[in-house]
Amino acid sequence: MTQTAPKTTARSATAKLEQAPLLVGFGMTKSFGDLVANKDIDFTIYAGELHALLGENGAGKSTFIKMIYGLLEPDQGHLEWQGESVTISNPQQARAMGIGMVFQHFSLFDALTVAENIALALPPDFPRQNLSQLIATKSAEYGIPLNPDNLVADLSVGQQQRVEIVRCLLQNPALLIMDEPTSVLTPQETDQLFKVLRRLAEQGCAVLFISHKLDEIKQLTSRATILRAGVKVAEVNTKDQSKRQLAELMIGAKVKDMQTQSTPEKSKTLLTVTGLSRPADGPFNVALRDINLSVRAGEILGIAGIAGNGQSELMDALTGEWRPSYPNAGNMIQLGADDITKLSPAGRRRAGLAFVPEERNGHAAVPSMTLSENTLLTGYDQDNVVRGGMINHDQTLAMARQISKTYDVRQPSDDPLASSLSGGNLQKFVVGREIIKSPDVLIVSQPTWGVDIGAAQFIRTAMAELAKQGSAVIMISQDLEEIFQIAHQITVLNAGQLSATFKTRDITAERIGLLMGESLQADDNISQNKAGVSS
Amino acid sequence: MIMLQKRKDVPTYLTIAVPLLSILVTLLMGALIFAMLGYPPLQALYEFFIAPLSRPDQIGNLFVKACPLIIISTGLIFCFRANVWNIGAEGQLILGAMGAGWVALSFPEAESRMLIIGMAVMAMLAGALWGAIPGLLKVKFKTNEILVSLMLTYIAIFLVDWTVRSPWRDPMAFGFPLTKAYPDAGLIPLMSLPGIGRLGQLHWGVPVALLVAIGGWFYLSRSLGGYQIKLMGDAPRAGRFAGFSQSWVTMFVMMLSGALAGLAGMIEVSANIGMLQPQISFGYGFTAIIVAFLARLNPLAAIAAGLVVALAELGGDAAQISMRIPKVVTGIFNGILLFMLLAGETLTHYRIVWIRSAEKGGKSHG
Repeated sequence: MTQTAPKTTARSATAKLEQAPLLVGFGMTKSFGDLVANKDIDFTIYAGELHALLGENGAGKSTFIKMIYGLLEPDQGHLEWQGESVTISNPQQARAMGIGMVFQHFSLFDALTVAENIALALPPDFPRQNLSQLIATKSAEYGIPLNPDNLVADLSVGQQQRVEIVRCLLQNPALLIMDEPTSVLTPQETDQLFKVLRRLAEQGCAVLFISHKLDEIKQLTSRATILRAGVKVAEVNTKDQSKRQLAELMIGAKVKDMQTQSTPEKSKTLLTVTGLSRPADGPFNVALRDINLSVRAGEILGIAGIAGNGQSELMDALTGEWRPSYPNAGNMIQLGADDITKLSPAGRRRAGLAFVPEERNGHAAVPSMTLSENTLLTGYDQDNVVRGGMINHDQTLAMARQISKTYDVRQPSDDPLASSLSGGNLQKFVVGREIIKSPDVLIVSQPTWGVDIGAAQFIRTAMAELAKQGSAVIMISQDLEEIFQIAHQITVLNAGQLSATFKTRDITAERIGLLMGESLQADDNISQNKAGVSS
Repeated sequence: MIMLQKRKDVPTYLTIAVPLLSILVTLLMGALIFAMLGYPPLQALYEFFIAPLSRPDQIGNLFVKACPLIIISTGLIFCFRANVWNIGAEGQLILGAMGAGWVALSFPEAESRMLIIGMAVMAMLAGALWGAIPGLLKVKFKTNEILVSLMLTYIAIFLVDWTVRSPWRDPMAFGFPLTKAYPDAGLIPLMSLPGIGRLGQLHWGVPVALLVAIGGWFYLSRSLGGYQIKLMGDAPRAGRFAGFSQSWVTMFVMMLSGALAGLAGMIEVSANIGMLQPQISFGYGFTAIIVAFLARLNPLAAIAAGLVVALAELGGDAAQISMRIPKVVTGIFNGILLFMLLAGETLTHYRIVWIRSAEKGGKSHG
């Protein structure tokens, strides 16, 4: 299975190999029922090493790091930490040993301050007297300034990630695990994060970096362990491999390049939004100001921007979960010539729209329900699904199977709970559930957030195909690479306002990145000053 | 330090063994309490759980006792599944009984069976309206339905008290706070089972209760309406995304559970009392909350859970008569049983982990 694995190159990777490894996994194996999530994985990481863990959806990356962090118990195999055999039975123990982890989804309380959030997460015996000051100094020291008194709700996603990182740093980790950390960051923020990680590595901390962005892996890490279908297929020196080689190792097949789409011929305008404004509901929301956009048949409009700039508010307004309540709100949203401003999500679906909101768990899908029940969520209006108020289970099951088959959703059983699918597979399911209906207009938000390259590519291809068949697609995304890959037109959402719309071929990623990042850099200067004052 | 850690996989044997174990532990705890109170524990347990089932007529009475519990808890299960916390079923029951009483007392000469239908309809309407109040306040003003529905229960208790003492009092009742007796057409007759005949006080309200539970289960598990209710309970945001209205679901479950509690009130009065009096219910509206949770919010299981709780109630009566064990022990039993089942449920999904402080302190600076 490792025919292509250039194992020998790893041997000369770094001088650090001379020293004793920090953590070694021997034959780590974990099964869930019939599904072997990790099979006989050997793994080594050295102190001060920047090490990537690469793999497709369901390749077993999450399972593997959960075993290291004490969230899962291996069926077979064992770990050695600093030369001693250890059993890590829970995250508390992992943290006490010096293993820190920054999860993909943060576990922060919006209504508490930075210092309060960190105080909650630290072990009980950690001294808390000068915590605020400690946070200010530590964060400033690593160039990721945080004001300990800020409410988490007021922070950008990138700043929230800093809170998680600083929480780990306070416990002086020997190994820091970062699960897809860059998927929420601007290019500028990513650079900043990399500086922190490199600095940590220089100080002797090992960093296990999980990402599907091959550019970043090549840029940051020196070695990579590549998993495919639960098996380690290669351990490589990342500098010796091209992006394409890495991708092929990971996917196990030749990678097909996607062509940037050419702008379609003049076609009919499908969806028009005119002068849409929305006041902020509360302190944690962003007001939308005078949103104007339109999208034509066959066209993909990319809305770039950093999370927290009104994306979820805009998405709610487009799906109809939020509708303007003031009078004369007519004709703000039109499908063709029809006014759909006042229609509910169900009404808009009947009119020919389809939506995929950003949050898979509890919004686009219900984790505690089966896939067939999740099909019902947006499909109860379709033929034969509900008769006389009763659900036709055979029909929903058939639809769910069809979606899984068409969109390559890998699932542990025939009609599993949505919660038993990996993030990428569930995302393929919710995107597939909408695309399979061939809607006139598909509106998606962060379609590949937290999804690895194989699944992301799959989802993007499916959206591009849908546009080719004459549908219009609006894609709200933080991932510039994704936007440049498939969008024909780009606009940027910043502080609740849209920028002008640009043709993809007329604008550079740097220019868009600047439009995205303007207000954030201003924020940084403020918190840098504050942190400086308080430390 | 003790911590609860979520189990990744719940073994199948646990889901079967734990409820049985919970009941076993409840019995052991009960025996212990009896022993501590100075009663022979085995005899007390026998009086509590076996004696009430030793004759066929007692089985009929058990179903009679369970009847209002099953009907009310079915309604409450709809609420709780939708994450709407109706605690005021007792008040809705009372209003239902009053609604039915108003119909019965308005047609004292009625002989048609239509009377009882009219009473049932009015009972459900009155209960639904009483349930609609906390629902409406929640939807319109975001008030807490727990508080409002509970407060409305006290209003209902005093309302029926006043009604039977003043406007509706039977002038021939020698000053007792009672209404006139309902006409015969407004009473629920005893059931005669084919081949067995009458079984204690078993009346036609019992099959209605079973139908309500079965119908509730069917609606909740098979219909789009039931799906909406579960969806709003599990993931309200997904529910709004699907295009359902949270307000509508809240009003629906509040009114449905109010209507069912009202129906239970009408059945209770028409089958067992025959007139309105200050005391109609024996806390059925509150006990039904326990039944709903014992049934793990499944209407079919509410039949069994209703019977178990009814057995503890009857056992309490029996033990009080034969062994002079105070009736409050019934409440203690219900409490222990609920506690054990919930604890068992928690331990099915979580494991207890001991964290030694030495383990933490030892290496944290490493």
